[in-house]
Amino acid sequence: MTNEIEQIPVALTVNGEKVSKLIEPRLSLVDFLRNELELTGSHIGCEHGVCGACTVRVNGEIVRGCLMLAVQANGGEVETIEGASDSGKIDDLQKAFHERNALQCGFCTPGMLMTTTELLATNPDPSREEIREYLSGNYCRCTGYEAIVDAIETVAQERKGA
Amino acid sequence: MKPAAFNYAKPSSVEEVLGLLSEYGDEATILAGGQSLIPTMNMRLSAPALVIDINGLDNLNGISDEGDRLRIGALTRHVEIENSELIASHAPLITLAMPSIAHPAIRNRGTFGGSVAMADPAAELPACLCALDGEIEITGQNGVRKVVAKDFFKELYETDAGDGEILTAIEIPKISAGYRSAFDELARRHGDYAMCGIAAHAKVDRDVLSDLRLAFFAVGGTPVIATQAMSAMEGKSVDDESIFAAQSALEDDLEPFDDLHCSATLRMHYAKELTKRMLTTLSARN
Ligand SMILES: Cc1cc2nc3c(=O)[nH]c(=O)nc-3n(C[C@H](O)[C@H](O)[C@H](O)COP(=O)(O)OP(=O)(O)OC[C@H]3O[C@@H](n4cnc5c(N)ncnc54)[C@H](O)[C@@H]3O)c2cc1C
Ligand code: FES
Ligand code: FES
Repeated sequence: MTNEIEQIPVALTVNGEKVSKLIEPRLSLVDFLRNELELTGSHIGCEHGVCGACTVRVNGEIVRGCLMLAVQANGGEVETIEGASDSGKIDDLQKAFHERNALQCGFCTPGMLMTTTELLATNPDPSREEIREYLSGNYCRCTGYEAIVDAIETVAQERKGA
Repeated sequence: MKPAAFNYAKPSSVEEVLGLLSEYGDEATILAGGQSLIPTMNMRLSAPALVIDINGLDNLNGISDEGDRLRIGALTRHVEIENSELIASHAPLITLAMPSIAHPAIRNRGTFGGSVAMADPAAELPACLCALDGEIEITGQNGVRKVVAKDFFKELYETDAGDGEILTAIEIPKISAGYRSAFDELARRHGDYAMCGIAAHAKVDRDVLSDLRLAFFAVGGTPVIATQAMSAMEGKSVDDESIFAAQSALEDDLEPFDDLHCSATLRMHYAKELTKRMLTTLSARN
């Protein structure tokens, strides 16, 4: 047994672009995105799964970027808030967050938006209670959540009407 | 808050995992969903030399109907169990418990086997398996063995599985006709680990309960089967008197503890309240 750490080659797609790197196994996915790819939209709060600031999408599902190793995303597809934002598909959510004052410092916002995207994809017409439940894993220290629930409810209704 | 350096292996068969486990001994750790392991590594509460990622073992994935029981591969994600029709029809207790386990992003990664192997005293699934007499399938160098849930969870974070072994599946007997399940827990915030929780299962004939199972979590080092409360209720109709008898029996069944979130006295109070809710729910007419 040796103490030498073997670096691992990874190749994955991030926001539609192919990326290949040689990385240490202990590098978390969110550190990889932030430090190796300079995608700093995904934030790091607690690094143990509690706050949700690091939420990103891997192979179509939201995950904690701090609780997945970057090597585990090898061969996969990752979408960050940068990709979601550039795609235009969350324009209405971003606008509603802005208009409803659903962000103050903005630290939690990328994680909130990523989580909300999955919520509305799986349940297009959530009750306020269901919205709160879905977001229970995302901490916001500023807004008191009420405005966030308002923004999401607004978008759900708009999308239904559209 | 970064893990210590480690090496990484991603085997594609159970045999390879067992080989690595025997080569590295307690220097190696199995990585399933990582939703409990990675936090402990980030906090440096654990620092394995080798992390064995079992996510490449496709045959440990999925839920199957085996006649009188369901078989759930150890790597099956919480989200898949939450949405499974098979589980909802044949093991509804598990479906009831699922939304209380952490949060959606964590349920997308966390696995049934990981939850059982971790044996967190506040975890829902170990208690559900104790209520349902689930069996845990463990594979090691000497082959495959099965252990019933109540013998699997030994002490705080201690299970019957040894260092050189891997959990490969969980089996749950299908619910029989006339039986019902109920589940509830009290937590500070939805999805957090509970301060007190209960999994209940019984044969219900009008408002009479028999073959009752009450399995508590977050009140001891392992799930606690409340045998005294169960026998106090056995064959009785659910009314104020029988509920009170079951609640009083909990004083003998449970030895709750103090922690940051909740005192022992409050835990006992919650246990009694949850018992009342469960008995009432089980006996409620449709
Ligand atoms: C913020 C937060 C809140 C949470 N809340 C809850 C909650 O309320 N209730 C709850 O039950 N859980 C909760 N969890 C934990 C979550 O459910 C985990 O998914 C689960 O406990 C562990 O499963 P895993 O697949 O992620 O295991 P891992 O983290 O990969 O592994 C956990 C342990 O089990 C071992 N292991 C894993 N799979 C196997 C196997 N097949 N054979 C042998 N050993 C194995 C690992 O070596 C490790 O020691 C929470 C987690 C977080 C981060
Ligand atoms: S940084 Fe990942 S959940 Fe807090
Ligand atoms: S806006 Fe500041 S943490 Fe949510």
